[in-house]
Amino acid sequence: MARKSFREAINEALRLEMRRDPRVIVMGEDVAGGMGAAGEQDAWGGVLGVTKGLMPEFGRERVLDTPISESAFIGAAVGAAATGLRPVAELMFIDFVGVCLDQILNQAAKLRYMFGGKATMPLVIRTMYGAGLRAASQHSQALYPIFTHIPGLKVVIPSSPYEAKGLLIRAIRDDDPVIFCEHKMLYDEMEEVPDEAYTIPFGEANLTREGEDVTIVAIGRMVKFANEAADRLAARGVTCAVIDPRTASPLDEETILESVKETGRLVVVDEASPRCNLATDIVALVATKVFGALKAPAAIVAPPHTPVPFSPALEDAYVPGPARIEAAALAIME
Amino acid sequence: MELSREQLLDAYRYMRTIREFEERIHLEFATGDIPGFVHLYAGEEASAVGVCMNLGARDYIASTHRGHGHCIAKDCDVGAMMKELYGRRDGLCGGKGGSMHIADMSKGMMGANGIVGGGPPLICGAALSAKILKTGGVAVTFFGDGGFNQGTTLEAMNFASACKLPAVFVLEDNGYAESTASAWSIGGGDPIKRAAGFGLVGHSVDGHDFFAVCQRARELIEYARAGNGPSFLHVKFIRYYGHFEGDACTYRAPGEVAAARSERDCLKLFRDRVTAMGVLQPPQLDEIDTEVVRLIGSAVAAAKEAPLPDTADLMTHVYGSY
Repeated sequence: MARKSFREAINEALRLEMRRDPRVIVMGEDVAGGMGAAGEQDAWGGVLGVTKGLMPEFGRERVLDTPISESAFIGAAVGAAATGLRPVAELMFIDFVGVCLDQILNQAAKLRYMFGGKATMPLVIRTMYGAGLRAASQHSQALYPIFTHIPGLKVVIPSSPYEAKGLLIRAIRDDDPVIFCEHKMLYDEMEEVPDEAYTIPFGEANLTREGEDVTIVAIGRMVKFANEAADRLAARGVTCAVIDPRTASPLDEETILESVKETGRLVVVDEASPRCNLATDIVALVATKVFGALKAPAAIVAPPHTPVPFSPALEDAYVPGPARIEAAALAIME
Repeated sequence: MELSREQLLDAYRYMRTIREFEERIHLEFATGDIPGFVHLYAGEEASAVGVCMNLGARDYIASTHRGHGHCIAKDCDVGAMMKELYGRRDGLCGGKGGSMHIADMSKGMMGANGIVGGGPPLICGAALSAKILKTGGVAVTFFGDGGFNQGTTLEAMNFASACKLPAVFVLEDNGYAESTASAWSIGGGDPIKRAAGFGLVGHSVDGHDFFAVCQRARELIEYARAGNGPSFLHVKFIRYYGHFEGDACTYRAPGEVAAARSERDCLKLFRDRVTAMGVLQPPQLDEIDTEVVRLIGSAVAAAKEAPLPDTADLMTHVYGSY
């Protein structure tokens, strides 16, 4: 099986689905690039090259560059999804949801419900999140809890190339609006990825490692860090189960609860700001459903309640990493 | 337009400082020492300086992701700016903002901005403050041809018009929203007509010509200061570098930048004009060139040696009190 990057895996998922279904279109700022310019067309393929090569194969009609008008093109994707297309819109940075949230919050998420089931919303919004690229406060946030909070939206946070491809194909085939959150520091991660199309179901967590002492639930890029921490902990005689929920909405509660019942200890690792994030949600789930199974207080590893700073010296202190996860697990083992 | 010798020397010094700052950052970024995203303003100097020459301490500007030039033109400290780009503790924003968020409220500089279309509503607020507090101030927003298509910009133009705010909307049209041509993305094609639709008086100027920008900006700023309401300035020029550092710019026509550099360089046009008029002599301008190279050189050296922020700084400035 060929090793592919997270970027290539997403590109392949889009390509396969566009070949399979002519209703699938891709739209966003510079998703091809060079629109109206004299030089190369498909000059960018998105700001980090994820959609490169789609426009030459499918044409500008199905790979639409848009003006920098997020309210308009995200809203247009919502309208197109309701009327026969299956758009994959790219919100370049998740932070930019600030200028188009209404179309997601009040339109995409609610049309099916408000219309008494008489609308479908086969929409995917691909968006890049996360800290680590020294991109400062307006290009580094992990805002997936905002979407998770909204009934009607599905929220996917892939942790690896294999996961990204299977989850994106699943998202494109879904009849509900899906927010697909890609961590910008994962694009160059490599992994074996099948050439053919495959899907990974929503609401089924991935137990990435089995262990008896501590359950670590980690989100997105944090799954990798959690497994690195688990390696270190194993060397100290502490074995960890590491769970990747894959989708924040729907959330696979059962896998988490069953694991905590076995280990009695929980660490949740979330890159989102610490108030009302996925970690607090999962800890609340465990506290309300299997409180008696806990041998120690649940632990949360998250960034501090601050915007993401620019300076590498500060950003490195901001982002949760393997050392903090290891320390959190050891603290509840005592 | 009458400008004194001192004003002309100032204008040249500001423009040369911006150019040297950006050309040096271009080189330094390639070494990997500057973290994050950097968007360079080289080639666009006449716009920032031509506008800001007409502003004073009570006036505010809002900038874009391509903000270094606006900062320098509004008198931000160049050494502290450089430290900010390097993420240092003594940077203009303590290392928290970086290139995309450089600001100095004490200078009336409301920040570079990472959100396209982020600035126009902000200057409506600055204009509202000026109007209600009777400061006599004017607020100016710079935005790109990409930002001109953002809903916030259009809403801000309408709001300023309805409230008759002392605001000037400056469209810096460098031909490309990222890699997308403005000729394609600006529906209707004529920005002046769009602005007129909101009731804004507007003019287009050659953004390589400092004198043209400065003259029109002066008229519009005086118009706002006199209480006549908002206006619009379309400044057209060519950006020398990519959307960001690292952009291969394959979408551009071959030779586009080389032609702009050789034929439409705002610094060269300025120099030719003032020396031809006999107002300034080449040695005076050469001396500024030398001083500016030295200034930027020391700013880079100082920034590289400057201390990093402390980890404890991460938690400061989130709130005034909490």
